[in-house]
Amino acid sequence: MGNIIKLRRFGFWRAVALILFGLGLASIWVRFTKGLGAVSNLSDQHPWGLWVGFDVLCGVGLAAGGFTITAVVYLFHLKRYRPIVRPAILTAFLGYLLVVFGLLVDLGRPWNIWHPLVMWNPHSVMFEVAWCVTLYTTVLALEFSGMVFERLKWERAARIQHAITLPLVIAGVILSTLHQSSLGSLYLIVPNKLYPLWYTERLPLIFWTSAVCAGLAMVIVESRLSARALGRELELPLLRDIGRALLAALGVFIVLRIRDLWERGVIDLAFKPGYEMWLFQLEVFVGLVVPFILLAVPRIRNSARGLYIASLFTVLGFIANRLNVAVTGLDRAQGGHYVPAVPETLITLMLIALGFTAFNLAAKHLPVYPPATMSRD
Amino acid sequence: MSTKALLVDISRCIGCGACVEACMQAHNQTGDYEQAKVLSANNYTVVQERGDYYVRRLCMHCLQPTCVSVCPVGALQKTADGPVVYEAAKCIGCRYCMQACPFSVPRYEWTKVVPRVAKCDMCATRKQGGTACAAACPEAATVFGSRDEMLAEARKRLKDDPAGYVQHIYGEEEAGGTSVLLISPVPLEQLGYPGNLPQDPLPARTWAALSHVPDVVTIGGAFLLAIWWITRRREEVARVEAAEAAALAVEPTTSGGEVFHGKHH
Repeated sequence: MGNIIKLRRFGFWRAVALILFGLGLASIWVRFTKGLGAVSNLSDQHPWGLWVGFDVLCGVGLAAGGFTITAVVYLFHLKRYRPIVRPAILTAFLGYLLVVFGLLVDLGRPWNIWHPLVMWNPHSVMFEVAWCVTLYTTVLALEFSGMVFERLKWERAARIQHAITLPLVIAGVILSTLHQSSLGSLYLIVPNKLYPLWYTERLPLIFWTSAVCAGLAMVIVESRLSARALGRELELPLLRDIGRALLAALGVFIVLRIRDLWERGVIDLAFKPGYEMWLFQLEVFVGLVVPFILLAVPRIRNSARGLYIASLFTVLGFIANRLNVAVTGLDRAQGGHYVPAVPETLITLMLIALGFTAFNLAAKHLPVYPPATMSRD
Repeated sequence: MSTKALLVDISRCIGCGACVEACMQAHNQTGDYEQAKVLSANNYTVVQERGDYYVRRLCMHCLQPTCVSVCPVGALQKTADGPVVYEAAKCIGCRYCMQACPFSVPRYEWTKVVPRVAKCDMCATRKQGGTACAAACPEAATVFGSRDEMLAEARKRLKDDPAGYVQHIYGEEEAGGTSVLLISPVPLEQLGYPGNLPQDPLPARTWAALSHVPDVVTIGGAFLLAIWWITRRREEVARVEAAEAAALAVEPTTSGGEVFHGKHH
């Protein structure tokens, strides 16, 4: 009986994914035959929209577990966290692949995507972003390759991969630090456009810190999801430790955010009626207040369900923050409201479905989770 | 040699649209110039009716252009003569220039399969020199010359008719200065031009962050390596100590006795 329900649920999500692939691919076809305007609500007033705000900014941020966990295990030698390394690397690698995929759709001339590698402009944040995406995706591919070599029993390749772990991890941490913060730096150039609740000289630091929170939360969320889909999950004591780290990171971020608003004298805008106020309060309430309170209660922090819910809130609040910076915080200056078009949204949904499918396939066929944690099946 | 500039005098503009028509001809664009009310990929300049005034919009050709600084591939360049020009072959289509421009000028070919960024190029390649719009203006509401000459001309007009103008040359300082200067009977902010621009060039804002990149790489790299080394050393020490403790527990009578020997005295 239980198996039938499980099978049905699995069939349902598979059907959803297939439909999204179909609709997404059709939208991409139109985008490349009729132009960006045919599938999106991007315009001269709103040159960046859902694809930059969600696919790129959120995709990169949610991949931040990759650099934090590898640093904790390989640089700080906290071996206890070793079981999380591979799921975190897998998430980060898939996240970056999807970011590149999203960029290929969003860029007006994607066949020129390699240009920043040869046509340099070191004064451009986008130039830094381009290099970070390229280099860190390469680093992640190399970090990920260990799982593939192990599965294929290519021992020599696995040994070489293992030998270069340290330089890879250090490069990964540096590139991630640069990349996470530079996505915030992108918006330093629009002081007269971005609403003061979000525009601050500390955008790079705010982006980096919130990405660390989101990355940790993603590790917990994924463990839960893969437990449901594959019967594989991380041990509760380990998840509790990540929960504590997330609580600390959220605490730091809350202090940073409030101090920044206070110092710039714009904290009153958080209560000045307007759609910015609602969106800011939503972002802060969902992404900071709720998860912080949940995690601060030991009974909730110590339960798998409580950890999952708190992490889910953190992730949703993170997404709200990035969309506020990239889309809604600019609306007032740009005039009119940008709402993504249906095909535009379908392409993003397809990317999400692609991410889930790839993660499940990898978790099923590669040694992502250690054998000891395969609790069921 | 001073860079070139355009001076736009709102008080003289009669809204005839000759500049728009001339601009479209100079750039081989088709369509009805009288219908052009907002900048587009097909109109690099427009004349907007704002209350009692006609207001020209066009690329401001900043002295330190934001678009040039943000373009990852250098597809936008400020030439020595003053114009900010675009090279489509380099462009990757990231549209950061559109997002970053403090005057929201660059436009995009949203319906093209191979789209370009579109904006006024100050007729950089015009054979006769000067710009088509200035040459076409019947009222000298738009004039072309060196930036110094244009500033001098603007100051003269402000001085000759102090009651007729706001005593401010828009573009002299805004966003670090521009190569399109405007004078007007009412503040430009009331005519659709941004009024909240900092006086310092915007590219300095991102450079403040970008200039730290070498530090993050070098100091960050050394720091991480140090952490790795220290924690590994600590782990080794812990391992050796644990092994010694285990040895003590296993053989308390032989080696253990010797270790504790000193304590008895």
